[in-house]
Amino acid sequence: MAELVATPEAGGQAEERVAVATQWQLMWWRFRKHKLAVGGTLVLIAFYVVAIFADFFAYADPQESDAQRSLMAPQPIHWIDEGRFRPYVYALKGTRDPLTFKRVYVPDTTRKIPIAFFGRGEPYELLGVIPTDRHFLAVEGASASQSLFLMGTDILGRDLWSRLMYATRTSMTIGLVSVALSLVLGVVLGGVSGYFGGIIDTVIQRIIEILRSIPTIPLWMGLAAALPADWSVVQVYFAITIIISLIGWTELARVVRGRFISLKEEDFVMAAELLGCSKARIIFRHMVPSFISHIIAATTLAIPAIIISETSLSFLGLGLRPPAISWGVLLQDAQNIQALVISPWLLIPAFSVIVAVLAFNFMGDGIRDAADPYL
Amino acid sequence: MISYIVRRLLLAVLTIWAISVLSFMIIHLPPGDYVTSYIASMSASGSAVSEGEATALREQLGLDKPITVQYAKWMGLMLQGNFGMAMEWGRPVSDVIGDRLTLTMVISVAAILFTWALALPIGIYSAVYPYSFLDYVFTFVGFIGLAFPGFLLALIVMYVGFAWFGANVGGLFSPDFIEAPWSIAKMWDLTKHLPIPAVVLGVAGTAQLIRIMRSNLLDELRKPYVMTARARGLSEYRVIMRYPVRVALNPFVSTIGYLLPYIVSGSIIVSLVLSLPTVGPLLLKALIAQDMFLAGTIVLLLGVMTVIGTFISDLLLMWVDPRIRLGRQ
Repeated sequence: MAELVATPEAGGQAEERVAVATQWQLMWWRFRKHKLAVGGTLVLIAFYVVAIFADFFAYADPQESDAQRSLMAPQPIHWIDEGRFRPYVYALKGTRDPLTFKRVYVPDTTRKIPIAFFGRGEPYELLGVIPTDRHFLAVEGASASQSLFLMGTDILGRDLWSRLMYATRTSMTIGLVSVALSLVLGVVLGGVSGYFGGIIDTVIQRIIEILRSIPTIPLWMGLAAALPADWSVVQVYFAITIIISLIGWTELARVVRGRFISLKEEDFVMAAELLGCSKARIIFRHMVPSFISHIIAATTLAIPAIIISETSLSFLGLGLRPPAISWGVLLQDAQNIQALVISPWLLIPAFSVIVAVLAFNFMGDGIRDAADPYL
Repeated sequence: MISYIVRRLLLAVLTIWAISVLSFMIIHLPPGDYVTSYIASMSASGSAVSEGEATALREQLGLDKPITVQYAKWMGLMLQGNFGMAMEWGRPVSDVIGDRLTLTMVISVAAILFTWALALPIGIYSAVYPYSFLDYVFTFVGFIGLAFPGFLLALIVMYVGFAWFGANVGGLFSPDFIEAPWSIAKMWDLTKHLPIPAVVLGVAGTAQLIRIMRSNLLDELRKPYVMTARARGLSEYRVIMRYPVRVALNPFVSTIGYLLPYIVSGSIIVSLVLSLPTVGPLLLKALIAQDMFLAGTIVLLLGVMTVIGTFISDLLLMWVDPRIRLGRQ
């Protein structure tokens, strides 16, 4: 045990600490050693900071379109101006390519637009309550939505960076809402199944087996397409989370059931039973605390699958619909291969998806290993 | 053995029933019924449907009856192989789906074969040489593979094909063969086009299987009988392949039951990106046109095919694993 949670302190002292540490402390010490998991966690924290403060990190209105600025390439920031740290971008001027007559944008090297961190831009409400106009990035002496394009623009001339910030908010929260729903279903059904056993267990297990042997994407597509076309963005958002979690709870139920079955045989449960504890008290006071860490691990590992599901559905145009912005909605623009070849920056949201999914997997693996010292 | 087969068969029938209910739900969820959308699609193409015709059609299809009767009637039609008309196409559903369903299954099976062919040797290697350089490389690649949704991988493959090689890597046939009747040459053409979709679809599953195989075999290799075999001077190849791999293979085979639905599911969306002539693009089109009859039928048939595939893999498992064959669970 002691060597598993080797701490900087030497020998005896460390052992003493281990002996008195709570279960959560032991888990934290083990988790800390898992470098990939810690890295994944940090990345996720960054993602959720962006999700919470999306309007702070976005410097332009994500819906403001302008056909004049359609499909502009990402614009590099120049950090050093005349030997000093003073970030700026060149202003862009649109011209026609004399050969193809395509509209192209060339940097106008005579005009520099300075960039300020935490500068003033469009007014918005931070966290929905605090009115402010400070943004992470802002330009001085010009409108950000007309001069700053860190990741280029989409086909309608909307700024991809700002849209990506808002998309992160949608996609990262849809995972949480949906996993919360799946968790409720999974814990209740898995718990009932594992604790009571018998016929109920058989029925629930068969339902899980059936659900798992159905190809999910066609089913989701069918259900999502059946949503009324006149529903609002919020209604569709919740409908999609419900559809995804209705089928996604099975894995969580499986984990919970397995834990219940193995814990039911433990001495402390029998002791509680002999002391005359009620069923509810045995389950919630004695059993749940000892496997809650496993549930957390399973939950973390379930989120990436949900994020991918939402992205796939929205990518097909059956999930969230514009004006909602999510990673899947952004990737819809990348569906057209010809457009993608001309403007590869449309694929940038794909990397957000992959990084987020990887980070969740790393963190989930770390928690799982930390939760189970016997593995 | 018999009881195992019967149990699996019962479960398969139950699953098919559940899928049929869900498909029926998909058909009936949107407002309006088949006839309203039929009228809409007919008037869009210029020909009107009279009130009398509509009522007659409703009666013929039993749409005026309670929902349970409708379901029974629909199931009856399905069992007879009468899948109704695909409105947009003006042809029977079975005509529209036929080849595409077969191709969906061909691609899925190819993806599974690829998954196995790659996961088995890599899994064995990683378990025999754990924490070696290559093991770390495979683990890392596996993690990335898990994180890549199939359709994104397909997008990137298409992009690379277009931007760097100037070639369209999508599709399942060369242009000459698309309309051609089935022949040896067309089969060969299909075989040449299969690897890209199979790889794109199989990557995530491969990553998962490598991890399963590695941990199973690692557990097995630590057991005393392996040491005994070594002590007796068996060749390393025999020590590993003869028993531990066979035992570790068992959970490997049983995962096919989960792998198939997963891959079929992924093939739908990957097909759209790679423009493969499977049921995927058809399903999407049907859903967008609100042709729920066609969509429901596709979901149903896809589900049924998957269940049959899973059942076959169960039989395969029985053949591989004597413990199941001899009746002990």
